[in-house]
Amino acid sequence: MSATTAGSVPGPARNERVARSLGRRRHRANLVIKGLCVAATLIGLLLLASILATLLWRGAAGLSVAVFTNTTRPPGSNGGLLNAIVGTLIQTALGTLIGTPIGLMVGTYLAEYGRTSPMANAVRFVSDVLLSAPSILIGLFIYQLCVEPFGGFSGIAGCLALAVIVIPIVVRTTEDMLQLIPPSLREAAVALGAPKWKMIVLICYRAAKDGIVTGVLLAIARIAGETAPLLFTSLGNLNWSISLSQPMSSLPVTIYQYAGSAFEDWVQLAWVGALLITVGVLATNVLARFALRGGR
Amino acid sequence: MTVSTTMGESQDRQASFGGVQARATSDINEPRIAIRDLDFFYGSNRALKNIRLDLPDRQVTGMIGPSGCGKSTLLRVLNRMYDLYPGQRAAGEVMMDGENIIDPSVDLNSLRARIGMVFQKPTPFPMTIYDNIAFGVKLHEKLSKAEMDERVEWSLSRGALWDEVKDRLRTSAMGLSGGQQQRLCIARTIAVRPEVILFDEPTSALDPISTLKIEELVDELKHDFTIAIVTHNMQQAARCADQVAFFYLGEMVEVAPAGQMFTAPKQRRTQEYITGRFG
Repeated sequence: MSATTAGSVPGPARNERVARSLGRRRHRANLVIKGLCVAATLIGLLLLASILATLLWRGAAGLSVAVFTNTTRPPGSNGGLLNAIVGTLIQTALGTLIGTPIGLMVGTYLAEYGRTSPMANAVRFVSDVLLSAPSILIGLFIYQLCVEPFGGFSGIAGCLALAVIVIPIVVRTTEDMLQLIPPSLREAAVALGAPKWKMIVLICYRAAKDGIVTGVLLAIARIAGETAPLLFTSLGNLNWSISLSQPMSSLPVTIYQYAGSAFEDWVQLAWVGALLITVGVLATNVLARFALRGGR
Repeated sequence: MTVSTTMGESQDRQASFGGVQARATSDINEPRIAIRDLDFFYGSNRALKNIRLDLPDRQVTGMIGPSGCGKSTLLRVLNRMYDLYPGQRAAGEVMMDGENIIDPSVDLNSLRARIGMVFQKPTPFPMTIYDNIAFGVKLHEKLSKAEMDERVEWSLSRGALWDEVKDRLRTSAMGLSGGQQQRLCIARTIAVRPEVILFDEPTSALDPISTLKIEELVDELKHDFTIAIVTHNMQQAARCADQVAFFYLGEMVEVAPAGQMFTAPKQRRTQEYITGRFG
């Protein structure tokens, strides 16, 4: 029948019936895959939304000025989270400041210098292992390295443990982002007579800026909520202390201690702490994205 | 408009070699770059064989040939771009000012300041138009703000872009159109004040109008610069080039003044390529 249709092409005729049934099958398969994808997305979103909603619900109930002005106190005496908030800010900031340059340099080495050399492959492998290493191990490592030899838990040890977590995240994103830069852009810089380091620093970093910053933000988000590496390093501190050589409080550790306690006001503060971390990470992300867009 | 004509006019092909109207001059200047016995290897694959070619001073050399014939490879030898990639190496002589530029001891950064290159796809840097120009200049010279302003205006004017961008020098170069971006890349190359400019299929990603502008620009630039241009477009070679070299399978088959190349090529393979029988 197809041979007589207007506009038909010479050659073997196409069986319209088979073609139509194949078309229907494709359509059905498409619906199934689409349905599965949408369902999976909905499940993911639902879980996330329920976590955020619970957090908001339980956390907002305990929000008060005292949370930000008072330090942690014994149960029933109107304690706050000031020392934990400041401790987390200090340790997250220092951890990021120490880890980011190292990660950036290693990522640059992998993408620009080492590439597929045995050395680079080894570094890449170790970095990827570190990326998925249980964070409690990193805490123990720093404990052996910085806590035992110096005779005590300290804020700086906490910063170092967090920095160790930051490094592999920044390494991976930096390398990936640098590799995304088209070779033509590098060649264009080199063709003007730019030495390799200037090509990397002035052109590649600039072109990969968004991605690298995203990597650092991911790292910040990750370490802001880390508890395990801090347990063996900065330990936590129920008193006000911003000395890096003393044990230092932090939100995650305080949450860990408070959430499991039997005191209602402590449990409430744990919820507030969780809310603060979440909002803080969210705000950092939004602000950084805003700043990036503004700079373009 | 001549720019949009293609190899489609099959009835004219035989008579006038593709209907290409080449420039009539057959005066070829003294060589600025002299290539002798040049071999090039991608690993163990010999991509250029025994190349012998002169690039005449302040004239345009067009390089034509089917894909993979080695013409772009030759261009990338001239500014040592292959040095970026391990496993690629050249052997032979490429003489410029009494110096063999493929010698390992040559200072690559100053070589590339003398031999600029414009690529197939526009490659603006992710920064302002002004900084795109200043980037290359700063690599080689220390200029005051006023001198730099002057240099930027000069090179953008030479790149036939000044009038279009003079009010937006401080905006990102990524916002320019493809043709403008390519002219920015040319201006950026000129700003370093090279002696030789290499064009690697500079218009293959551009529309006909932009192509025409670039070709006019090449015509204008050859008063001051020695130019080599790789192109897949025979008309472009004919319109722009004073001398044309035909490459095939890593060999340079024939080189002749453009007028002669497009009317009376000596080699049978050149004839067949120009008339569109392969490639």
